[in-house]
Amino acid sequence: MIPLSWYLILAAALFSIGLYGVLARKNAVAILMGVELMLNAVNINLVAFWRYLDVDTVAGQAFALMVFAVAAAEVAVGLALFIALYRRRGTVVADEIDLMKW
Amino acid sequence: MTVEQFVFLVFAVITLGAALMVVTDRKVIHSALWLILSLFGVAGLYVLLNAGFFAVVQVVVYIGAIAILFIFAAMLTRKAMEDVGPQVNPGWPAAALIGGVVFVALAWMLSHWGQFMALPPAFADDTPTLTQLGVALVSPDAYVIPFEIASVLLVAAMVGALYAAWGKKK
Repeated sequence: MIPLSWYLILAAALFSIGLYGVLARKNAVAILMGVELMLNAVNINLVAFWRYLDVDTVAGQAFALMVFAVAAAEVAVGLALFIALYRRRGTVVADEIDLMKW
Repeated sequence: MTVEQFVFLVFAVITLGAALMVVTDRKVIHSALWLILSLFGVAGLYVLLNAGFFAVVQVVVYIGAIAILFIFAAMLTRKAMEDVGPQVNPGWPAAALIGGVVFVALAWMLSHWGQFMALPPAFADDTPTLTQLGVALVSPDAYVIPFEIASVLLVAAMVGALYAAWGKKK
């Protein structure tokens, strides 16, 4: 029997690692990878809460499925933007993408 | 320690170790490959949580589609970074500090919650979870609106991605 705490601590660690990646990496593609890690941590939590506290209804699973759809949409749009940006300005370094900075 | 706990620890080490490599590896293409391993670890955790459907969706959607998209993007933007020079911002110690503080805060907050050490309720192997989920997703009493909105979101994302990545018309 695995206590719920193991899953929660694992998800918290995965979220923090993803957060570090988002904040520290220079490459915009690598920043999106950090976002994916954070979304996975959220999904682990949703499915774990469903299994441990709410196994009779499927609310946790339904929300996890929505997170999957949002993650897929976010990656498709984000990577398309970076590829377009790379074509026009020749960079994917987040620091140099400051066109809209006042 | 039971077999289940040992398997959990194996998957946890795979997930977290690969995630650490994702955020620290110098080459973006290597980061994408580590990301695949990390997502596999999460799929294993879904199996331990009696959510086999999610393990399959994790492999098909995350590893089959999203990770491949990352690999394509890393290859298409290869020349921009050249994988030389620093791959992290000068302020990365602050980022590591923020990550650590968030982890400690989450762990502290969760450990003061009553159900923190909850054990899983019994789960019969023939529970029709997938049937329940499928019915709930198309039932007007449950999640049909979020489900349809997710479909619209995916279509919008596809159109937007095509528009953004389309070559410049001369």
